[in-house]
Parts: sequence; C-alpha cells; structure tokens
Amino acid sequence: MAITQMMKYEADRDADFARWATSQTGGENLRHCIQCGVCSATCPLSLYMDYTPRRLINLAREGFKNEVLSSLTIWLCASCYACRVECPKKIQVTDIMYALKRRAIQEGVYPKRFPIPVLAKEFGRMIFMWGRVNETLLVIDLFLRTNWFKFLSMTGLGLNLMRTGRMSFLPDSIRRKDELRKILNALEADKTEVAK
Amino acid sequence: MKYLYFPGCSLKGTGKAYEESLLAVFRALGVELKEIDDWNCCGATAYMSVDEAKSYALAGRNLAIAEREELDVIAPCSACYLGLNKAQKSLQDHPEIRARVTKALAAAGLEYHGKVKVRHPLDVLINDVGLDAIAKRIKSPLKGHKFAPYYGCQIVRPFASFDDQYDPKTMDKLLAAAGAENVTFPLKTRCCGGSLTGTVPEVGLRLAYIILKEAKKRGAEAVVTVCPLCQFNLDGYQDQIARKFEAVDMPVVYFTQVLGLAMGLSADELGLKRSIISADVVLAGR
Repeated sequence: MAITQMMKYEADRDADFARWATSQTGGENLRHCIQCGVCSATCPLSLYMDYTPRRLINLAREGFKNEVLSSLTIWLCASCYACRVECPKKIQVTDIMYALKRRAIQEGVYPKRFPIPVLAKEFGRMIFMWGRVNETLLVIDLFLRTNWFKFLSMTGLGLNLMRTGRMSFLPDSIRRKDELRKILNALEADKTEVAK
Repeated sequence: MKYLYFPGCSLKGTGKAYEESLLAVFRALGVELKEIDDWNCCGATAYMSVDEAKSYALAGRNLAIAEREELDVIAPCSACYLGLNKAQKSLQDHPEIRARVTKALAAAGLEYHGKVKVRHPLDVLINDVGLDAIAKRIKSPLKGHKFAPYYGCQIVRPFASFDDQYDPKTMDKLLAAAGAENVTFPLKTRCCGGSLTGTVPEVGLRLAYIILKEAKKRGAEAVVTVCPLCQFNLDGYQDQIARKFEAVDMPVVYFTQVLGLAMGLSADELGLKRSIISADVVLAGR
C-alpha cells in the first residue's frame, strides 16, 4: 500500500499566493477573518460546494493555491452578496471569489468543459465584438462549446421564448465599437506594461 | 421630471416585457426617460470573472456618456444597477484602479468624474414621483389579487441605498397602492440561482424551485419581480422544474406590469403576453 502525504506541511504552502490573495480588491482584510462561518451559513449554494466559503477563505489566505483555484466553490458563487452583508468583519467575500475566478481562468486550472468559465470568456468576447450581449447567441455558443447534447434539453425553453417574442438571433451592436475597443485595448496594453 | 435610461441587454432581449411596461408606466406618470446614447453592456456578473479593470471600464464608458447631461440614470435591471453602482464605488475607493480606467477612457476621448447618480425605478417611483401621486393615477385597483413581492439579490445587496437590506418594502408599498394584497414572503431577497440555472441546472433549478414553491405555499397567485434574470429563471424554467421536482404553475410578472394594469394600461402594452407561464390570472376581473 502506497503511503501518500494527506496534509500539507507549513512549508508546502504557497506564500506568494497568500500575499496575492490578501492584496486583491476586497481581500485586504482577509486576515481579519475569525472563521465564524456566517458566510457558509447564509450562502444558498454552500451545500453544493466542495469547500464552504469559510473553508475557502481560510485556504486562500494561508496559500493553498491548487485547492482554491481548482475548487468548484468559486464557480458556484452566484454573486448574491448574502455573505458580504452578514460578515462581522466586513470581508468582501464575493469580490474575493471574483479575484479567484480571474486567477483560475488566467492559469487555466478550472474544471474542463465546465460551462461557467466558458460563459465568462464568451461574454467578454461578445462585448469586444459588439459592445452588447445577445442572450440567445451567448447560450447557443456556450452549449456548443461545452455540452451540445444538453442543448437539446433546452429546446422547450427556446420554443417558449420564440413563441413569446423574447428571442433574437441578430446581435445587437453599439454604433461606436471603435471607441469601446480603444478603451479595452488601452487596458490590455496597460496590463502588459504592469506585468513587465 | 426627466431621467436618463440605461436599459441593458436583457431589457432589449428576454426581458422585453420589463422595458415595455416600465416605459408605459413612466409615460403615464408624466416622467420622461431618455435612453443613454450608444450604451454598452454593463458587464453583468460574468465580466468581473474575466477582468476587473475592464469591467469597471465598461461601466465607466456608460457613466462618462451619461455625465454629459445633468440627469440621474435609471437602471431597471438588477445586474446593471449593481454593476454601475459598484463601479462608481470602487473607482472612488481605489485610486490606482481609477487612474487606469480614466486613462483608458481618455484614450477614447471620454471623461469620467463619477458625478452621475445611478438609481433603481423603485427608488424613483417612491422617492421622486411619490406614493400619493401614484395613488391618484390608479384607475382600476387590483382588488382581491395576492402577490409575492420578490426583490432578489442585487438591488439591496451589497449596497442598500434606498430600501431595507433584510426586509425591503418599496415594492410592497407600490403593490398595495395598486390595490393588491402582499403575502408575507420571507424569501424576498433570496438568490434565484442567477446564471447557474442555465450553466449548472442541477443546482440552479433547485434555487428557483424554492422561491416558487414558497410563493405558492403563501397563497400568492403570482410572483412579482424587479429583475429580468429572476423573471427569466422563475418563469422560463418551470417545465424543467416540473420534471425534476413538481409542477408549480406560478406566473412571474414585473412590478411595472402590475402597477400598469392598475393604472388602466392594457395587457398588450405591458407585455403581459410575453410570460411563458400564462399571467392571465393577474388579469382576472378586468
């Protein structure tokens, strides 16, 4: 029987990741967390998460990078802000979740074919193209990239939306697309500058 | 009275009925809404997972365009309302992000000073138009109709600028002014599932089901909402909810549709035919 290390030594933790997490918008007071668990108790999604929000906060600030970035927890957060409102230490849990999602996308460590990060990226692409989001096209794109079979189960909804005139297959576009692209490109260039 | 209007993508798509009823109600109240010129997507919840500064810049472009006129902005969609307000607050609190965003906006010839107020239609109806003025416009009160007032997450969280965070009441007051009865609804601000209903249905459908089931248990004939995503989740997925849990058969309408009916506007101009679960029960007695 192979013996594997089940827990981490203190030295195994990623101190850089812990420093990064506590420097993110909303993560400044991550160290103040008293692990009371009110976030997990108010979270309507915590019962589906692999780490409850309380545990995730603790893992993030201690530098358990892989556990945190590959968790389902960050993707199940629906941004309802219930935890943030209740936190006695005013920790902006929702914003920390956003920062962790961004890092997970950057590092490409999210669960493969998992629809939420794909949705987020497609959403960004659509905005760059047209400046607005067409929900119908976004959903079709999402299912083709993740699970086209599941798309079939959505046909009932699609027909209902068509019947009630709530579906459109034409992208709605802004007029001054160049203006918006200049803004987004300026920030992209700025980011590369910061990285250097 | 005049305001700038930020519709957002949903009100031009799956949430058309919200735009139709909102514009009709404000027109009837004599309040002018001017759509912000060439507005872009607010970024919703998805874009914040991709890029923080760009997400604030998306809001920044809209706000910079809005600033050219000295008017408050009305944002009816909860995600837009929060997205725009959150950007204002973050750009105020974090000078380093603000510097990057204003520089990027300047590259496109836009100026952002953070002086626009972004408000929810509930706030404007209660605090600017006023309940008295609205009560005077009620032509056919919704006597005997019982509703579950459902506010969802993002208009009272994380900021609560015009209503109570735990027990919001502005919509309750409007529905009461329209002659309807509000059932006690403890799930007023509970999450509808957001985008999870589409992306992880095994989880999202349960959240939507919980809201619908509670409304039924409380004796409501319809759930009244203020958000296009809540309306979409609660109305559009009921056949899937029926397959997975049980049939609830609960109409889900916008507060502007109910208010409009009481003001004597027609079901057609209020977009009531756009509900997937028939909202005819709301029309009973007219």
